[in-house]
Amino acid sequence: MNRFSWFNVTSLTLGFAFLYLPMLILVIYSFNESKLVTVWAGFSTRWYGELFRNEEFLDAAWITLQVAFYSSTIATVLGTMAAYALVRGGRFRGRTLFSGMVYAPLVMPEVITGLSLLLLFIGLGMATGMLTVTLAHTTFSMAYVSVVVSSRLSTFDRSLEEAALDLGASPFEAFRLVTLPIIAPAVISGWLLAFTLSLDDLVIASFTTGPGATTLPIKVFSAVRLGVSPEINALSTILIAIVTVGVVTASLATKRQAIRQAREEKMGERGVA
Amino acid sequence: MRKALVIAVPYLWLLALFLVPFLMVLKISLSDVALSIPPYTPQLDLTGGLAAIGEFFSQLDLENFVFLTSDDLYIKAYASSLTIAVISTFLTLLIGYPIAYAMARAAPEWRPTLLMLIILPFWTSFLIRVYAWMGILSNTGLLNQFLLWLGVISEPLEILNTNIAVYIGVVYTYLPFMILPIYATLERMDGSLLEAAEDLGCSRLSAFWLVTLPLSKTGIVAGCFLVFIPTLGEFVIPSLLGGSQTLMIGKVLFEEFLNNRDWPVASAVAVILLLILIIPIILFQRNEQRARELDQ
Repeated sequence: MNRFSWFNVTSLTLGFAFLYLPMLILVIYSFNESKLVTVWAGFSTRWYGELFRNEEFLDAAWITLQVAFYSSTIATVLGTMAAYALVRGGRFRGRTLFSGMVYAPLVMPEVITGLSLLLLFIGLGMATGMLTVTLAHTTFSMAYVSVVVSSRLSTFDRSLEEAALDLGASPFEAFRLVTLPIIAPAVISGWLLAFTLSLDDLVIASFTTGPGATTLPIKVFSAVRLGVSPEINALSTILIAIVTVGVVTASLATKRQAIRQAREEKMGERGVA
Repeated sequence: MRKALVIAVPYLWLLALFLVPFLMVLKISLSDVALSIPPYTPQLDLTGGLAAIGEFFSQLDLENFVFLTSDDLYIKAYASSLTIAVISTFLTLLIGYPIAYAMARAAPEWRPTLLMLIILPFWTSFLIRVYAWMGILSNTGLLNQFLLWLGVISEPLEILNTNIAVYIGVVYTYLPFMILPIYATLERMDGSLLEAAEDLGCSRLSAFWLVTLPLSKTGIVAGCFLVFIPTLGEFVIPSLLGGSQTLMIGKVLFEEFLNNRDWPVASAVAVILLLILIIPIILFQRNEQRARELDQ
């Protein structure tokens, strides 16, 4: 099956070049001395210095991190509950509406989510700011958490939970001691996904934020609207570096775990024999 | 009791922050613009009793929707969003399929790494990935510099601020969404089917056409919808890469609401966008259902 073919090698090479070259160029040009971003004028870390002296960016970054932390944490709790209700809840009144509402934000255009939430906040007389952005982000990212968690919940062996209940655990104990450890990897990746989505969101935040709560994407967007800027290149490089380290570490960790699991299984088989 | 709580908390949250806001959009789309805060009329006053509620409903009308059909701008924006979404979905498929195919045919020990390399850009900021192209596609950008240096062109091509830049942006940012479902179906495919086809005298190309392609259909359909649906309401890509003549409904909606403050019309634009999206969403779910049934 794994015939070496020039066609496959070419499409992989071109494909990955297409995916990675633009980001690589961004990283390289963030170290450019010149203010003109298309002319190379020698290596410099000048723009990183400018970036860290720019109070506005630092403030926006701090606000964004707080919003992302709170919204992803609440979204993880709510999304896990929603997934549990859908996979384990059996039949209950309004189930169809519930599952529709849980998954709809996945396909809802961001402009509509943002618009509708702003209309709600204004209708309630709430001042827009960090609180409203956090509520908005929680609502759209809990759908992603639910998807990730429910796929894990629906594949694991239910008899483990039943055994715990039979042995006298309360439903909450069974969840905490049996279910939660098993679905933990999915809950963690759900949280990370929600966190990333919140960090990254421009459209919903533009609608639901107010004075004093400008998030980083809004700041970046208004800066790049006027054209390419070396400071934004520096900022992008930092973000790309963080994501790369995170994803590579996570995938190495899962790989190591898979190897360990395979080894344990093999030892288990030997033990039986 | 606890089970009820587990259901009730997310349920109430979604009712309050998803369903109610959506109903408000629907309601405001039927209202009129007014110079007040909030800038529309009528407003529901529950303290006025049934008579006030009746009065409220009698003031709602389809005026904004009539206005949308009479104004060229909106019809053009919907049409051009659809065109851009269709063309860029097709381009993404054309570029994504060979990559997914090559990944599925790669040695098994390579596949997790390749998969990680496809997923990595997905975790990187969307805004930054779109922004990366601004420096490449501009008149003095790297692509033009490169082509001028090669001598292919004698003066810079105008790419940034055109629809071509929007296509590039969509293909670039949504490529992983196309590759992943296609890769998933191709990877599961039974290799002996291809060997059988070739043993029976099929050329490699016709074996691909007659065996591989039909078997990867669910992946192709899923990938296409995953690209098409978000592209239709896209805002960031047309704003940063498109020009003034690039009309996309997400951009029109954003500007109508935040700049012109015409909330009733913006709400009507949103309602129609959702109505257009319902068809592909239903088709997508049907495709997923079929894929699940085939799995079992």
